[in-house]
Parts: sequence; C-alpha cells; structure tokens
Amino acid sequence: MLSIKNLHASIDGKEILKGINLEIKVGEVHAIMGPNGSGKSTLAAVLAGRSEYDVTEGEIIYNGENLLELEAEDRAREGVFLAFQYPIEIPGVSNINFLKTAIGEIRAYKGLDPMKAKDFLMMLKEKQKLVEIDRALVSRSINEGFSGGEKKRNEIFQMAMLEPKLSILDETDSGLDIDALRIVANGVNKLKSKENATIIITHYQRLLDYIIPDFVHILHNGKIVKSGLKELALELEEKGYDFIKEEVEA
Amino acid sequence: METVIKTSTIKDKLIFEFETSKLFLFGNTQLRDQAMESFYKQGIPTRKHEAYKYIRVDLMLKGEFDFSTNKNCSDAQIEPLKFLKDAYVVVIENGIFVEGLSNLQNLPEGLTICSLVDAEKSNSPVFEKHYAQYADVKTDPFIALNTAMTKDGVFIHIAKNAIIEKPIHIIHISTAFKNTIIHPRNLIVIDENAQAKIIESFETMDSTAKIFSNALTEIVVDKHAIVDHYKIQDEKELGYLVNTTQVIQQKQSVFSTHTFTLSGSLVRNNLTVVLDDEHIESHLNGLYLTAKNQVVDNHTVVDHRKPNCNSNELYKGIIDGKSIATFNGKIFVREDAQKTNAFQSNKNILLSEAGTINTKPQLEIYADDVKCSHGSTTGKLDEAKIFYLRARGIGIINAKKLLMHAFASEVVNTIKIEALREYVEEKISKTFE
Ligand SMILES: Nc1ncnc2c1ncn2[C@@H]1O[C@H](COP(=O)(O)OP(=O)(O)O)[C@@H](O)[C@H]1O
Ligand SMILES: [Mg+2]
Repeated sequence: MLSIKNLHASIDGKEILKGINLEIKVGEVHAIMGPNGSGKSTLAAVLAGRSEYDVTEGEIIYNGENLLELEAEDRAREGVFLAFQYPIEIPGVSNINFLKTAIGEIRAYKGLDPMKAKDFLMMLKEKQKLVEIDRALVSRSINEGFSGGEKKRNEIFQMAMLEPKLSILDETDSGLDIDALRIVANGVNKLKSKENATIIITHYQRLLDYIIPDFVHILHNGKIVKSGLKELALELEEKGYDFIKEEVEA
Repeated sequence: METVIKTSTIKDKLIFEFETSKLFLFGNTQLRDQAMESFYKQGIPTRKHEAYKYIRVDLMLKGEFDFSTNKNCSDAQIEPLKFLKDAYVVVIENGIFVEGLSNLQNLPEGLTICSLVDAEKSNSPVFEKHYAQYADVKTDPFIALNTAMTKDGVFIHIAKNAIIEKPIHIIHISTAFKNTIIHPRNLIVIDENAQAKIIESFETMDSTAKIFSNALTEIVVDKHAIVDHYKIQDEKELGYLVNTTQVIQQKQSVFSTHTFTLSGSLVRNNLTVVLDDEHIESHLNGLYLTAKNQVVDNHTVVDHRKPNCNSNELYKGIIDGKSIATFNGKIFVREDAQKTNAFQSNKNILLSEAGTINTKPQLEIYADDVKCSHGSTTGKLDEAKIFYLRARGIGIINAKKLLMHAFASEVVNTIKIEALREYVEEKISKTFE
C-alpha cells in the first residue's frame, strides 16, 4: 500500500528527514516511536502533503501512485488521513458542514453520487456512537473551545466519517487520560480492517497496550534506526531512548 | 447658456439644475437654498478633502450627467427584488416613491408609510417636526446636495407603543440609460416605546449608463423604542452610491444597524448615530466584500452625548482584486457622557496583493469614567486552516470559501430576520463564486 524509499525532506533549508525507508501493506498497523524532535510529525506532514516541506530525495509510492505528485486534497480523496498532533480551531465552520463538504468532494472525486442528507445524518449518528463523542461537540465549530482531549477525539471522529485507507495518527494519545485513551483506541480498533492500514506515531508505549502494532519502528534524527515486532516497544519503554542513541552512535 | 453647461464642472451643473428646477421641488425653498449655499461652499470633495481622500467621487462625476427621474421598472422586474415574502414593501425608483410597485395594503394600526411629497403636502406634524433636522448640511457636501435637490423618498412613522412585527422593506432601484444623478431621501420616525425592523436595499437594473445615487435616510428613535435596521447594497458595476444614514436616539432606546456592501463600483457610507440621552444601546455592524476595481468606504460616527450608554461596533471586510476598502470609525465621548461603554472592532482579510485596506479608528474622549476600546486587524486567510480543510479532501477553492464564510458569519449572524439572513448568505456565496 505504501512504500517510502530513501525519503529526505527539509524545511527552510534545514534537513529533517534523512533517508526514511518504510513498507506498509494493507491490514497492517505500524507504530513509529522516537524522541521529541526526531522528525515524526515531519514525516506525517510530508505524507499528508504539507507544501512547506521540500522533498529533496527519495519517493513515496501509495497504491501504485507517486504520492508526492498529488495535492493534499487529492491525497485525502485517495484515502490518506492524518490525525493532527495539534488540531487547530476553525471558528465559523461547523463540524457538520465541514464533514458534509469533505464527503461531498471525496465522492465527487471518485465519481460517486452525492450522499443523501438522510444517509449522511445516519452515518453521523453511527460514528458519533462509535467514537463516543458528544453530539453537542459535533454541532459546534471545528474544535472551537474544545479541550485537548476533545480535539483528539474529534480527529478520530473525522477519521471514522471519512473511512480512510491509510490513517496516520500523530500522537493522538498525548494529553488523553486513561478513559479517553481507551475510547480512542477502541474507535481505532473498530475502524481497522483488512482493507486499510494504520500508522501510529507515539512516544509512549502506553497506547500500544490498546492498539497492537504489527511492526514497531524507531525514528531517530530523521532516520529509522531500528525496526521490529511489538516487543520492541516494550524494550524501548524499559531501556529508554538513550539505549537507541547509544546503539546508533556506537 | 448652452456653452456654459457643456464646459462647466459638475458643481456648476448641479447648481444650474437646482436653480432651474427648484420651483418644482416639494417643501420649503428656504431650507433648500441654504443647503445649496452650503454645497456651494463645500463643493464636490476631491483628494484634498481628508474625509474623502480614499474615494474619488469627483473623478466618477466627470462627464455628462442627467437629472431626470424616469420610471422604467415593471412589476415583473421588481418582483425578484422583493426577497422578503412577508413584509411591507416600499419601492423607490430613481429616487421617486412608486406606490404602484409597492406592497402597502393593510398597514397595521400605528404604521404610516407615504411618499415624502405626500407627507409634506398633508402637513403631517411629525414630518414637520423631524424633517431635515438631524443631517447637518454644513458637515458634508452630499448631505447639503441631497437636502437641496431631493425630489422624493419615503416617510415612515411608527406611532407610540406600536409594535410592527413584519419588516418594512425599502427597495431603492435605479435604472438609467444616460448617466444620471439622483437624491433619494427618507425620514423614519419611531415613536416612544414602538418597535420596527427596517431594511433598505439598493439595487440597479437594466442600466446602460452610470447611476450616481446620493441617498440619505434620517432615523429618529424615540424613548424606549427598539429598531433593527439593515442596508443591503448590491448595485453592481454601474452603481455609484453615497449613502448617508443619520440616526438620533432618545432615552433607553435600542438601535441596531447592519450594513452589507456586496457590490457596486463605488460605495460610500456615512453612518452617524447620536446617543442623545441616557441608557441607550447602539449596535453597528458591517460587512464589505470588495473585488475588481471597487471602492468601498465606510465612515461611521458614534456620538456619546450623555452618561450610561453602550455602543458596540463590528465591521469586517474581505478585499480582493484591485479594490480599495476604507473603514473610518469615530467615537466621540462628550464631557457629559460618564460611564460610557464604547467598543469598536474592524477586521479585514486581504486576498490579493493589489487590494488596499485603509483602516482608521478615531477615539475622542472628553469624559474620564468610561470604558472604550478599539482594534483593527488585516491579514490573509490562515494557511494552517486551509491545510486542515484540504487534508480532509476539500479542494483549495472551497477551503478558502469556507473560511471566508466563516469570517463573514460573525457579522451575518447578527441578522435577526431569518429570511434576510438566508438571502444575504446566498448573496455572499454568489460573491465568492
Ligand atoms: N518550520 C520549521 N522550521 C525549522 N525547523 C523545524 C520546523 N518544524 C519543525 N522543525 C524541526 O524539525 C525537527 C523535527 O520536528 P518534528 O517532526 O515536529 O519532530 P517530532 O514530531 O518527532 O517531535 C525538530 O528539530 C524541529 O525543531
Ligand atoms: Mg510531533
């Protein structure tokens, strides 16, 4: 589904990603872990199509297509979804109108008929339940006045509504209490299927107790320095990031 | 005589027109003569006039202009402009009240609507008491010109304690086949404890020539009255509008006004609200969407003369193309006006490199125990917000439109008449196309 080869990316002339290689197949869950500043959000932003980043080398193939040639909106329409680490507030645009517009455009892109209002409302209800988000929040402007946890939950709600193929969750667990974490993880697990794939970016192993990854990668200084099975996350938790640094620098 | 007219300036032409037609105009010649004299002293403002330096009305008024006021509109043409289905509708075509196009059947008790000419003819004491008492000819050349040259308009009176549920919709429609100057004038008096909702819309139709409308409305809001006032300006490319609105408020009254400027080559709004007694509340909201070569200039004055009043002003603009938008908001707090709360905010989004926004708040405070604040911002659409929307599959054009709607919604949501809000929202959507 996704093949990243020797990806180098920089911002304002400063190189952040220094040769990333990553292969993800449908049905898989990959966890990317790493210390602050290692480039996790940069990788997520490059995948989502943020134009401030310059890709200086390498390629990203997504379902046979060169992802880097697609505009951000077309990537979303092709099923790429980024749950932002810091979701922003957009006063004056209601969540419902936003989702209606997004679904409308995605369906038009795929050559599908517009969704019926009734079906949209049913879907809205169903997904609200799935991710246990308050109805009152959904009827408000995007993230306006939401708590940190509510914003994160709204990201997962949008993911549920848009039914992406490749979901990238950028530190969706940070700032969540244990109940919220369980709900979010539960939502992600329910949305997981054989047809889609998930990248979970986190720097705690906590979330991985709830969402079991197939693979764990450790990002350090713009490179994946170690990959392994889910046990790697536990090892990392136990020994801390310093052991990686020592290993890499050795 | 012939040659004088051809080579003379617009000022001379206006004076000549006045002298030859004043015997046929309604009302008191002395008032008109004084007004004309005042116009003569002030002249058409040029870029040397501080208050008009960003809007070159003088350049627009070059060339030949006609002063006749023909009636061209049919019922069928007016119908689509009557966007409020449940309203009392007044149609003013090229400055003249047209009963035949209006819908004024079954007016409720306490509501009088008639032409200015008829109000004057009938010696209405309310008309006589208030007509031309508030907009001061010495303060502005267009007030002077309108006072001297107006031919007609509407007189609306809401009697004491009358609560008029349905909105009153005044449609100003201009049609011209030759460049034309008109001076419509309205007087609206809301008596003690009465309530009304008044909408003034400005449209042009079927024109093949420029039409310059120097429109003036005086609004008297008596004690305890509650008035909700709207202006929807959508005059398209051939419309040039100077629109003066002069409001006087009495004790414990509430007046809200909303100015939406959606199109028009040149629009100048002079809005003055005088808070002439205690415990008054005033709300001034405005939204201007400018593009191409449009010039839109909002000058507002909030004049706090007595203690314990509140005023709140919010103007927002989206500026595109080579358009020039100006906001100039003056707040006076007179020596007497202790415990005044006066707030003003002007926010702008500049979509293009070539667009210009001039924003100038002016606070003149002569009382010491007051709370006043003002602020103005100009920025671009937020890139982070655009990206967030695009990351969900919304194309860049729609993403920007959503954000523009969001920006405008703060003003649009102050519209209390639902049908009007929907109409304005639809108009805004069209403007963003
Ligand atoms: N706009 C920017 N300009 C310069 N450096 C940046 C910018 N954004 C991020 N960085 C730097 O890139 C590095 C990686 O950041 P990020 O991808 O956010 O890391 P992570 O998500 O792993 O904590 C950090 O050193 C950060 O300071
Ligand atoms: Mg990060």
